[in-house]
Amino acid sequence: MGALRHLLDFAGWDRARVESLLETARMMEEVLERPMKKVPALRGFTVATVFFEPSTRTKISFELAARRMSADVVGFSGAGSSLAKGESFKDTLLTLQAMALDAYVIRAPVAGMAHQAARWLAGAVVNAGDGRRAHPTQALLDAYTLLEDLDSLEGKKIAIVGDVAHSRVARSNAELLPLLGAEVWAAGPAGLLPERLEGARLSTDLDEALADADAVMVLRLQRERMDEGALPSLREYVAQYQVTGARLARAKPHAPLLHPGPMNRDVELEGTLADGPRSRVERQVRAGEAMRMAVLYHLLVGRAA
Amino acid sequence: MRLLIKNARLVDGSGELGTADVLVEDGRIASLAGGDAEQVLDAVGRWLAPALTDPHVHLRTPGQETKEDLATGLAAAARGGYGAVAAMPNTEPVVQEPEQVRALLDEARALPGARLMVAAALTENQEGRRLTPALLLAKAGAALLTDDGRSNEDAGVLARGLIYAAAAGLAVAVHAEDAGLRGGGVMNDSPLAAELGLAGNPPEAEAARIARDLEVLRYAVRKAGALGHEPRLYLQHVSTARGAALVAAAQAEGLPAMGEVTPHHLTLTEEAWRGFDARFKVAPPLRTAGDVEALIGALERGELSAIGSDHAPHTAAEKDRDLENAPFGIPALEVAFPLLYTELVERRGLALSLLIERMTTGPRAALGLAPARLEDGAPADLMLFDPAQRRIVDPARFVSKARYSPWAGRELAGWPLLTLVAGKEVWRDSALA
Repeated sequence: MGALRHLLDFAGWDRARVESLLETARMMEEVLERPMKKVPALRGFTVATVFFEPSTRTKISFELAARRMSADVVGFSGAGSSLAKGESFKDTLLTLQAMALDAYVIRAPVAGMAHQAARWLAGAVVNAGDGRRAHPTQALLDAYTLLEDLDSLEGKKIAIVGDVAHSRVARSNAELLPLLGAEVWAAGPAGLLPERLEGARLSTDLDEALADADAVMVLRLQRERMDEGALPSLREYVAQYQVTGARLARAKPHAPLLHPGPMNRDVELEGTLADGPRSRVERQVRAGEAMRMAVLYHLLVGRAA
Repeated sequence: MRLLIKNARLVDGSGELGTADVLVEDGRIASLAGGDAEQVLDAVGRWLAPALTDPHVHLRTPGQETKEDLATGLAAAARGGYGAVAAMPNTEPVVQEPEQVRALLDEARALPGARLMVAAALTENQEGRRLTPALLLAKAGAALLTDDGRSNEDAGVLARGLIYAAAAGLAVAVHAEDAGLRGGGVMNDSPLAAELGLAGNPPEAEAARIARDLEVLRYAVRKAGALGHEPRLYLQHVSTARGAALVAAAQAEGLPAMGEVTPHHLTLTEEAWRGFDARFKVAPPLRTAGDVEALIGALERGELSAIGSDHAPHTAAEKDRDLENAPFGIPALEVAFPLLYTELVERRGLALSLLIERMTTGPRAALGLAPARLEDGAPADLMLFDPAQRRIVDPARFVSKARYSPWAGRELAGWPLLTLVAGKEVWRDSALA
């Protein structure tokens, strides 16, 4: 495959490209283990984090990733009101572009905004989440984390549980994990499953999805879903779909438990499980930093080469 | 001044009429057998047809002139081969008083370009509650009543509107989509919408509302029939196979329902959304290839009897918003005819006279006008095009203020070279010698 120009989603990707990124991320994690956590790899490059939707964790993760490699970092946080009108989106990007930036890490509330940005900008665009569409670095860090436990994802059953319909994390994982040989299941209540999730088997039966799963990924449940009529009540969700210790017992012993955060403890997940031996939640955060270093490195150095 | 168009191949909705020398004098067709003229145009190899009628355009006047105004909209129509267009009333303010109708018609008369026809609101502020004064609006020159841009949620109000409009001799046009099922959908509801992570507007939202509106029409026909009136319902931009089938079934029962289809629903599918580009955002949304086939079939059979462009200009900046915040609408006046000529006549072998019929007689019926025919004494509202001349769609050359297009870059044939309204030249392509 050619050099990576943008990271928007995984359309058109092959396994070699994924493995090459994972390999780079492993080298980057070694940097994070050093007392002096900094390398000069991206000195002279400037990375902008352009967040049209509030997010602290992802923004910090990207900013740290860029700084660990000596890139300069600028941050833009779009005020909710100006984006609601919508006019400022393209103009904001063009203004930033005039500042001679090299990469734009974009978080946006509507599907397709990262693709639109890639059409308008000369620099590299990293999709840090666009609406329900995609969150590719999350899926990459999930794959990275899973591979620490599972060695290989070939033939492994990965169960994604919860509000799949509205989840960019689920969509990106369903695109990515099959490239590594995994068999992805997505389970949730009928109102929260999409009509189709390419790369995944859909089921409203949580037990079926969890049965002999090699790993379990739990998604955040937004309370707005009840107001939208997608879900009758929180009580019903918790009773039927909360991942509990008892339900997790259906999965393989030691199957790792992932959550993209932020968590609603005791809603989608029995609270104490997040702190238990199966939880990889903190591991995911660390992997995210290494993975984002690898992505920026491939985009900026790969492009320049 | 007399104009002689020599050696033109004539076509109207009744069929292809052979080659003739058409003499235009005093705004009418004076003869199809030649004659002396001050100006002579050799149209060998070109088709002469009645100028097209567009029953569904948004000219954004008054109030939204940054998107379009009467001058640019009527000039764009003339370039597209249209002799008359009906402007929708969803403006700021809404067109709903007879004085507004007269003022628009007066303003347009002074402008070069296509004739303006005015569609007025069916209900005050298009809110679907109190009816507008249909009799006074008709007297002022309104040609159609509609709350287009919004759907008529209250069936009782629509029924009374149909009955009352019938007394005024006007048809009622409806944008048929069930608001609840449509929800916040920005594209067709389908597996593709799920894949792209975008909210879907299901085909059933259109079908459900068309089915209801046809029952409302049945009721209105029964009530108004006692008074000797016939309410006429015009279903705008039917976009689904199911919607078209419902319209056809109602017609088969004898209900006075007319169906419209747009150039975009005849030539584009939801697959265009893979590029995440709001130029393809329109309501009702682009559907599937199966729907396109069904719509073309219904157009051929006359179940959908009118092609309306639903020319809906917005500024380029508005269309550069994200896919939720960008407004719905496609500008089509300047490409509709060459697009449909190329896609339907040239590529699919549809009869040219049938396309002309659906772009003249069908729309004119909705507007209460007689069919346009090429015959002695007919108004010289004419359109000349060259079937061999191919050109790439270049929105930068549009006279419409909306200089973007979902068909940008497509090579099309059949571009209008000359448009006459009452014998007066309103568009002449520089390629025309």
